[in-house]
Amino acid sequence: MFVTSAFAQETAPAAAEGDTHAGTAVPAAEHEAFPPFDAKTFPSQILWLVITFGLFYLFLKRVVMPRLGGIIDVRNDRITQDLDHAARLKGEADAAVAAYEQELAEAKANANKIGQQASDAAKADAEGTRKKLEAELEKKLGEAEASIASIKAKAMKEVGTIAEDTTSAIVEALVGGKANKSEIAAAVKSASR
Amino acid sequence: MAAADKVDPIHQFQIHPIIPLHIGGYDVSFTNSALFMVVTVLVASAFLYMSTASRALIPGRLQSVSEMAYEFVGNMLRDAAGKQGMQFFPLVFSLFMFVLAANLIGLFPYFFTVTSHLIVTFTLAILVIGTVIVYGFAKHGFGFLKLFVPHGVPGYLLPLVVAIEVISFVSRPVSLSVRLFANMLAGHITLKVFSGFVVSLSALGAVGIAGSILPLAMAVALTALELLVAFLQAYVFAVLTCMYLNDALHPSH
Repeated sequence: MFVTSAFAQETAPAAAEGDTHAGTAVPAAEHEAFPPFDAKTFPSQILWLVITFGLFYLFLKRVVMPRLGGIIDVRNDRITQDLDHAARLKGEADAAVAAYEQELAEAKANANKIGQQASDAAKADAEGTRKKLEAELEKKLGEAEASIASIKAKAMKEVGTIAEDTTSAIVEALVGGKANKSEIAAAVKSASR
Repeated sequence: MAAADKVDPIHQFQIHPIIPLHIGGYDVSFTNSALFMVVTVLVASAFLYMSTASRALIPGRLQSVSEMAYEFVGNMLRDAAGKQGMQFFPLVFSLFMFVLAANLIGLFPYFFTVTSHLIVTFTLAILVIGTVIVYGFAKHGFGFLKLFVPHGVPGYLLPLVVAIEVISFVSRPVSLSVRLFANMLAGHITLKVFSGFVVSLSALGAVGIAGSILPLAMAVALTALELLVAFLQAYVFAVLTCMYLNDALHPSH
């Protein structure tokens, strides 16, 4: 306060000078101090400033600032929420892609397995048929060999009889008389050895 | 002489009572100054209230202006005084809006400029410094006095440094108030003087009218400058308030 009054004392004459220069009819000495330093107006200005600024402060603090803060908070919340939502959707899309790829891989594996199974089954079937056929052929071969052997043995036996008959016939023709049958058989036996 | 009277650049600062009122021997009349304080408060309140009435998620122009002012002051205070300082947000925001509205309203011709009176700016400055002192002592006790004793000063310099710190602290309300007051006063006097030249010169006839173009251009340019100053001084007042409040929160620097 003391500062302002000091200012007032300093500037009051200057203001008065200005007035005389401007040629106003008002006597300078009266109370035409430079208005901003006119201490008589101070109480009124302080009082009304306190009242008006006080009400302004209360209004801003109670009404305007909560509202402005609320608007800005709501907006920030909304932006965060939307970003979260977008991130969640992106995650879902990524998961869907991953699931699709997994299913695709599984299907591929299944297809491979089925193909493999079919080819294995076909192979086994073919093998079985081949084995059966081979076994049958083997059996037939054995039978044929056995029949050949029996025919051969029979033939060989018949060869003896024919030789005896032939020998007795030869002996009869040469010697004229009947040869002993058992002797002939022994002779054929020794000769065929 | 009537013309000269009209051009008197001091006339615009005169205070005259509208509703005379005397309480306890003091003249507390409702004056033109008080009227414009009311107008300032009403205009600023109405703007902030109406522009945010729709609470739009996507703000319109006026709501954007209100939000910008809010966030501008909020960031200013947070940068200067940290999170703790936000408890003073209503004070700083209302100071900023009051000074800004008063400065801008004062720019209209024939309107009274509330902030061109030292006692108004000084009262606001005392409010700020009073808040700093009261809060500083309430929060830190005598630790608040550390504000005047910087760290790392050699003992023999301490008395000098403390004296300088005390003087600088005491001069804060003066500098805070005089800066705003002097800017508004000088700006309005200059505007009035140049506008006065236009009036006086055009009274001299054709030559005078031609010659009055120069001061007219000057008055237009000065009006633009004053618009800038109106914003700038409100900003400076708010920034310095933030810095002083920071001292109350963190006295040991």
